[in-house]
Amino acid sequence: MTSLIMIVVSCALINNVVLNQFLGICSFVGVSKQMKASASLGVAVIFVLTIACAVASLLYDFVLKPFDLDYMKTIVFILVIAALVQIVEMFLKKTSPGLYKALGIYLPLITTNCAVLGVALTNVQDEYNFLESVLAGFGTAVGYTIAIVLLAGIRSRLDETAIPKPFRGAPVVLLSAALMSIAFMGFGSLG
Amino acid sequence: MNGYLERIYNGVVKENPTFILMLGMCPTLAVSTAASNGIGMGIATTAVLVLSNVIISALRKVIPDEVRLPSYIVIVATLVTIVELLVKAYVPALYSALGIYIPLIVVNCIILGRAEAYANKNSVMLSAFDGIGMGLGFTIALTVIGFIRELLGNGTVFGHKVLPQPVGIFIKAPGAFLVLAVVIAVLNAMQVKNRGNELVNGCDGCCASCMKHNDCKEEGTK
Repeated sequence: MTSLIMIVVSCALINNVVLNQFLGICSFVGVSKQMKASASLGVAVIFVLTIACAVASLLYDFVLKPFDLDYMKTIVFILVIAALVQIVEMFLKKTSPGLYKALGIYLPLITTNCAVLGVALTNVQDEYNFLESVLAGFGTAVGYTIAIVLLAGIRSRLDETAIPKPFRGAPVVLLSAALMSIAFMGFGSLG
Repeated sequence: MNGYLERIYNGVVKENPTFILMLGMCPTLAVSTAASNGIGMGIATTAVLVLSNVIISALRKVIPDEVRLPSYIVIVATLVTIVELLVKAYVPALYSALGIYIPLIVVNCIILGRAEAYANKNSVMLSAFDGIGMGLGFTIALTVIGFIRELLGNGTVFGHKVLPQPVGIFIKAPGAFLVLAVVIAVLNAMQVKNRGNELVNGCDGCCASCMKHNDCKEEGTK
């Protein structure tokens, strides 16, 4: 039980997916301009990443491994994630239009979010079982959401600050990320 | 011939994927702990990029428009698997240094971005040179960042000791953000045309710019 909780904490804080492993940087920098969009994307990522890790884990354990198709995992996982995102999109559209409206445009974005494929692949590498994979996916997505919402908060303050001209735009966002990354290193002592 | 050289210049200088377009940030930050890793990652990405551009350009009249993105993903994923197996077999040291970031070339925005923005509209030769230019620009960017981080964080240049007292933080995660931020700021100060400053809404600067750009634009105008 403790080890399962440790997986979630470790994925969310200690090895934060964005600030420590550099996965999903594109959307981290691109979407964090607006707080609302960041929070919506965060929820969408939690949703998709947890399901994707569950499906990828089942596929690997029951199809790829027994048939010795380990080398096919990159192709299989990316296709499964792409298909899964489409299914989730259609499902939400049918069953809860409200949620679809809020998350709609962020769902397709997640296909090319390297965090999803990255976590699916690391789960296989770490030889996680089904439950551990799902928790790792969930923890990672929570970590992603924490990071992007925090950055969105910082950026809303930055808008009102006088920043030296060469640093405007991307550089100052990256500098903020660097400081956040230093702060998150503090969680290292939790492990 | 000019068109081909123009492609190379475009990829390395005018639309440098890392410094100007801000694409493919994940591998840029993650593997740039040493200059040699940067070169290795750059070459692996370039190989995938050139081949995927050539194949997609050759098939541009065959692939139906509706299913082009899944088709591109299958082509790129196949190429990445080939490169992964080759690196694993012939350069095992690089394979263990780059780790998970080799399979993640699949979701590198540069590759799908060039397929969508260039290769599916242009001839095979031009697309090949576009791939070489972009790949070269990416490799140079990775090597520069890797060089700075290795020098400051580890005190070495390509493994040779230079600085007596390295600053460890540059080799760790925050150093990656810090070095990239300062390099882009220096380029901005040198009046290099920067699209980085135009990270206006959620669509720019992320992989979505190649995949769902129109949807985002519609959303923005509402």
